[in-house]
Amino acid sequence: MPLPPLVEPAESLSVEEVRRYSRHLIIPDFAMAGQKRLKNAKVLCVGAGGLGSPALLYLAAAGVGTLGIVDFDVVDESNLQRQVIHGVSDVGRAKAQSAANSVREINPLIQVNVHEFALDNDNVLDLFAQYDLIVDGTDNFATRYMVNDACVLLNKPYVWGSIYRYDGQASVFWSEHGPCYRCLYPEPPPPGMVPSCAEGGVLGVLCASIGSVQVNEAIKVLTGTGDPLVGRLMVFDALEMSWRDIKVRKDPNCAICGENPTVTELIDYDDFCGVVSEEASMAAAGHTITASELKEWQDAGKDLALIDVREPAEYEIVKIPGSTLIPKGDIVSGEALSQIPADKQVVLYCKAGVRSAEALAAVHAAGITSAVHVQGGVLAWINQIDPALPSY
Amino acid sequence: MNVNLNGATRSLMDDATVADAAALLDVRPGRGVAVAVNGEVVPRGEWGRRLREADHVEILRASQGG
Repeated sequence: MPLPPLVEPAESLSVEEVRRYSRHLIIPDFAMAGQKRLKNAKVLCVGAGGLGSPALLYLAAAGVGTLGIVDFDVVDESNLQRQVIHGVSDVGRAKAQSAANSVREINPLIQVNVHEFALDNDNVLDLFAQYDLIVDGTDNFATRYMVNDACVLLNKPYVWGSIYRYDGQASVFWSEHGPCYRCLYPEPPPPGMVPSCAEGGVLGVLCASIGSVQVNEAIKVLTGTGDPLVGRLMVFDALEMSWRDIKVRKDPNCAICGENPTVTELIDYDDFCGVVSEEASMAAAGHTITASELKEWQDAGKDLALIDVREPAEYEIVKIPGSTLIPKGDIVSGEALSQIPADKQVVLYCKAGVRSAEALAAVHAAGITSAVHVQGGVLAWINQIDPALPSY
Repeated sequence: MNVNLNGATRSLMDDATVADAAALLDVRPGRGVAVAVNGEVVPRGEWGRRLREADHVEILRASQGG
């Protein structure tokens, strides 16, 4: 369904702009009018990570006049496998600053706004209100639902994309003309059920496949070109190399954009997404030790059953000495509970402490109530005990 | 009745619903999943809808990565 252009055209293009954008200007139907609309457009990219990298680079190159970058994180070495907007010399720098530098290098004719903070309920509406369109490249469900709800409340279109391992999805959510994220996925998965890219991995180049679709759709919505991805979900499978196009209707019962909305303002998104499940946080209360305490126990010769609850591929990369691998899924399903000794001090750990808390709840429920888990997981161990080990 | 569920043929009762097909894959409504029948997402409130012979049912999963 074609839609009218979101942005009015700028008055004119400079000689320099005409030279730079000439390959756009000679496309029939896009032409000067399309480029002038891009010049007048204000686009905010949420996250300068995997999806934000290609999105920002192409939005900048395309001549989107005002480009906002919101990110609170710093560039880590493990980002460079896919976050191509950052380079080796940017490691340790704020992502928003590093991304802004790259964008300015690509196109000095556009305005770049750096928003170096974490998006939250207190700032999201004011920030989004300054832009015509939002590109969602965040990495967690809580922020994704917040971005959706803020866009619905402000009636802004946003171009959504998500990636995991070899799979990607993209759509344009615009409640005025079609469904929103909640019409597709009304609620997040139970906490701990769907790993993040940090936990499960992602093929780096997948970011380019999905990020480029996001830019493609942003340009179409801004300029009113073609048939935007409103009411359709693109599903990409990098292993099969297939793109599928699935229709998504507006859900009349949608909690925020339906006929009788129950969500009429921003909510507590950490709570909504159960960043740690209630069972896990109850289990962890009073049953959490630090990496240093674990080291003390080991050095004192305490009889420990140290269990790594991550996946085999993660265990291969780095592990705490003396540990045995039993993936969380096998503990939670009950399948591997018999492998956990009841006569030793059981200590669970994972990468950062979320999955081990979930496993701890299952171990406690199985009657091993003295079991503990390690706060911050193997990352805390590397940080506090053995910085020579590889972090991932 | 036979339907195609995520690419494989599965047998269901003749009066099976979208929710019944999803349950074969241990999927419950809403929590991070969507179901498409014949290329169109079925909103959560309509998972009680009856399926028809040879319907293509696809479970879509939300991922958070970006």
